This record gives sequence, C-alpha cells and structure tokens, in this order.
Amino acid sequence: MLAFILRRLFQSLIVMLSVALIAFAMFRFVGDPVNQIVSLDTPAEQVRQIRQSLGLDDPFLVQFARYIYNAARLEFGVSYQFRLPVISLLGERAPATLELAFCSALFSLLVGIPMGVYTALNRDSWLAKLFQAISLIGISLPTFLIGILLIYLFSVTLGWLPSFGRGDVVKIGSWWTTGLLTVSGLKALILPSITLGLFQMTLIMRLVRAEMLEVLRADYIKFARARGLTTRAVHFGHALKNTLVPVITIAGLQLGSIIAFAIITETVFQWPGMGQLFLRSVQNVDIPIMAAYLMLISFLFVSINLMVDLLYAMVDPRLRATVGAH
Amino acid sequence: MSLTTPPVAASRWARFRDSDILASFLKSKVTMAAAFVVLMLFVGAAFSPWLAPTNPFDPASVFLSDSMIPPAWQDGGDPRFILGTDDQGRDLYSAILYGMRVSLIVGGLGCLLAAVIGITLGLLAGYLGGRVDSIIMRIADVQLTFPAILIALLIDGVVRGLFKNASREDTAIYVLVVSIGLSFWVQYARTIRGSTLVERNKDYVMAARLVGLPAPLIMLRHVLPNVIGPVLVILTINLGLAVITEATLSFLGVGLPPTQPSLGTLISIGNRYLFSGDWWIVAFPGVTLAALVLAVNLLGDWLRDALNPRLR
Repeated sequence: MLAFILRRLFQSLIVMLSVALIAFAMFRFVGDPVNQIVSLDTPAEQVRQIRQSLGLDDPFLVQFARYIYNAARLEFGVSYQFRLPVISLLGERAPATLELAFCSALFSLLVGIPMGVYTALNRDSWLAKLFQAISLIGISLPTFLIGILLIYLFSVTLGWLPSFGRGDVVKIGSWWTTGLLTVSGLKALILPSITLGLFQMTLIMRLVRAEMLEVLRADYIKFARARGLTTRAVHFGHALKNTLVPVITIAGLQLGSIIAFAIITETVFQWPGMGQLFLRSVQNVDIPIMAAYLMLISFLFVSINLMVDLLYAMVDPRLRATVGAH
Repeated sequence: MSLTTPPVAASRWARFRDSDILASFLKSKVTMAAAFVVLMLFVGAAFSPWLAPTNPFDPASVFLSDSMIPPAWQDGGDPRFILGTDDQGRDLYSAILYGMRVSLIVGGLGCLLAAVIGITLGLLAGYLGGRVDSIIMRIADVQLTFPAILIALLIDGVVRGLFKNASREDTAIYVLVVSIGLSFWVQYARTIRGSTLVERNKDYVMAARLVGLPAPLIMLRHVLPNVIGPVLVILTINLGLAVITEATLSFLGVGLPPTQPSLGTLISIGNRYLFSGDWWIVAFPGVTLAALVLAVNLLGDWLRDALNPRLR
C-alpha cells in the first residue's frame, strides 16, 4: 500500500513538474519579461542590468528551479497589465469562482441524480423521453448560448433575476467574500450556477441512468426482490446505493473542469472570478497570470485525481495490485 | 477464416445499396432529418457568395443608416433584410451564411489538423513502442485531464504572444486552427495506438519487415490503411466539438475579429444588444449554431452505432 501511495505521489509530482516547465517556458520565452519593464529608449546598459538583476542570464536549470521555488511559495510574479502581484489578483477573485463552482456542482448532483434514477426506472414514460431529449440538447448547446438564453428569459423578459455580477457580498475573515448570505447574492448565483452546471447535470443523469440499468440486472437485485422487499427498498436501498460510487467519482473529477469552464460562464454573467481574470490575461497576453492560473488549475486537477485514486485503492484492494503492476 | 476468393466485387454503388449502413440510415427518421439539416447548412456555407443577397464584408454595400433593422416580419422591418441587420448595418442573413462558412472552415481544418497529429503520434507510439510510446501516451494522459477549451485558450494566448506584430485579422484563422488541432489530438492518438498495437504483430507486417521495408513506409502503406477506420467516427463527432470550441473562443473575444465574423463572433456582437430588446442579432446565429452542432452530433452518434458491429 505504501509503495502504491509513493508511486502515485511520484507520478503526480512529475506531472506538476512538467506543467511547471510549460508555465516557466511561457513565462520566460513568450514576450521577454524585460521588454515589459523597459521602454524603447532605455539605454542598453540599463537593460543589461535589469536583465542581470532579474536573473535572466543564469543557466536555464537555475532559472527553472527558482521559478518552482517561487511558485511553491505562491509567488508568480507581477501582472504586466495590473502591475500587482499575480497571487493577490487571483486570491481576490478565488472566492467568487469557488462559490460558483460549488453551487453548480450541487445543482448538477441534486437535479442530475433524480433525473437519472427516474429515466432508468420509467424508461418508456414520456417524461423520461423528455429528460433524454433535454440531455441531448444540454450536451449539444454551447455553454455561452445557454447562458444568453437564460439571461434573455429570466432577466430581460421576465425581470426575475439579475443578469450580471455577484449582488451584495459579505466579507468573512480577512479575504473571503461570500454571496451566500444575502438575498441579492443568492439571486445572482442562480442563473450562472445553472448555466455552468447544466453540462455536468446531463452527464450525471446519463451516467446514473446507465449504471442503474446495469445494476438492476444484477443477481443481488433479483435476490432482494425474491426476499419480498418493497420495490422502494430495492430501488433506493440496493440499486441506487451501488450506482453512487462511480457517480461520485466522476462528479469529483469533474470539479476541476467546472472551475475551468467557469471561464465562459463568468464572461457571460460578468462574474468577477478567476476565469474572467484569466480570459483578460489571454486577450492582453499577460503571461504571469496565464502561467499562474495554469499552475493552480493543474494543481487542483492533480490533487483531485490523486485523492480519487487513493480512495479507490483503499476501497478496492484489487486496484492496488493492477495499478501497481504497470 | 475462409480462403476462397471473395465473389467478384459488385459495383461500389451496389455494395453500398445492399449494406447495413444504408438500411440503418433509412430506418432512422431522426438521422435522415439531421443529415438533411447538415446538408442544407453545408450547401449554404459552401455557396454563401452566391446565395447571400449582399456581401456583408464589402464596405461599399453596407450602410450605417441600415443598422439595427428588425426582421422583415416585424414592425419597422425592411424586406431587403429578411432576418434584420446588425449594429453596422450588415444583412444578418448574409452574415450568417458567410459566418457559417468561416465556422465550418475553422472547425473542419482544426479537426483535420488534430487527426493528422493524432494519427501520426498514435502510429509512432503503437508501432515503435518502448520509450516513444510511454512519452507520447504520458503527454496524452496529462492533456486529457484538462478541458480542451482551456488548452485552446492557453495556446491562443501563447501564439499571439509569439507573433505580436502580425495583425490579428491575418492570423486569427490560423491561430484558431492550431489551437483546436492541438487540443483534440489525444482521442485519435489513443484509438490509432490501440489498433496499431494489434496490427503490429500480424503476419503481413512481419512480412513487410522481412522484405526490408523501412519503418515509415510500413507504417504509412501497410498499418495505416488497416487502422484508419474508426477515425471517421471520431472526426464526425469532433467536428461538432470543434465548431463549438471555435464559437466559444470567438465569443470570448479571442477568436475571429468582428471584421470577419464567425457564428460565435456574431453571437458575441448580438449579446451586447440583448438588453435593448434587439433579440434578432443573437437569436438567428445562435439557432443556426445550435442546429448545426445538434445535427452533426446526431449524425456522429448514428455513424458510431451503424459502424459498430456489436450493436447490429
């Protein structure tokens, strides 16, 4: 078991190092950092001095090691466009993105699972077919189009919900801001959460449906029925419980992509989160922000993957053997 | 396995007519409808210069005084502009036809680039094995954990950082094609690698090796034709994804500029006027995009099932 954990940790470390290499290469070679500081008429001697003081003349490996050392301390340099430390810019916007991601994950689970169960149990009802059709549209429509549609319906036409921003936010602690405690904050969360969660919801619904159909054919379900248990107990006590393990895994793995897809939702709803910051940095080729965002997101992905793998290995001893084998 | 020679090949058309694929196509009404929609949209895109009543990108034929005219059937509509006009006075119907052309060209080229990269790397990984295989597949694994749109955005930013001096109008299409190509290659590589691993140990490859053919020739002439089949399905399914990716990037403002708009750019322009009640600028390109992607996806799903012998 220890060997397995160590091996997985080592693999994750390699992945993080290669992402760091990409981030560093972007930082170092796309748009010379010195050019961002000096102007056209800075004397060459001064340019050389700046170059030296930034350590840009050091060997590649030394620079890379320094970059990793700084990244580990969350120092990602200074944004070209805002002239502020990247980490404070990202930290300031992180609560908005994390809250949005959390709410949309919650939405996709709370709506997706019941829909999946229903479509699996009543395969031929018209409502199940409607759900299936909705899921096909949910997968085909681009996120931003769904957002625009919701805004047009609920903000422009009906005027029920706000179409942009976070509403009133409350400050908790030194830097976390939350919209969950005010009415306008909660209202502002509804449309973006649905927009962001819709794709995941259809995914979960399809997954639950497929898993349920599979499980319902299993022997222990037949046995449970033969024992005379109520349909309700069989469906929810036996079948659903056993479908939830893979569903929760996938949902966990999707958390990372929810945060990445938030870029689109945040743009549509002018949500002041990290995704919007990242997009602006892509538009303005603000490399330090792009590199830092890449590192943060990959760290998130890698940690989630690692946790899921370790949990699985703990639950299922067979996996340890097979994963360890190759 | 029978060693008898196959019956003399009937004409291609006869073989197609008797195949299961045509039968399963004619059985599914949804698929036929999807194929019809795709055909219509493709024809519209291909012949847009002749089908469009005006050339929306010719400054001489566009007048600002015509801007923001609602669709022809609404109050204040103008029969010259069936679907209305946008903020610069461009005919929306023509702009959609031209925009769809751009969207499909970018999406299609991006898909092809992804396929070429993926097939090459998949062949190399599967045929050569060893270190090449593990390096390529490790990269694929890492990339697969990141959503394509994030990778496309990063590549977009990097490429534009590298070619800062080139004007955006000239480079936008290439940047998009490269971003899409580099974001979608993994699936091809994995599929091709899997079937190459199987083919590599078959007798005909052994024979080719014994004859002394160089490895690149064996890969291209002998292995590739036998593993290329599933690529067609991935290509169809990915076309929808590529078109969505292009539209999303354009919507986010890092894709095609308003001077040569794709469907995504048109939607992004229209989104600005949604609150003033000018719904048509966003609605018609939006519906077109949705119809295109939905129809392509339906076709792809059908093709996947029709070509899968286990489901027949």
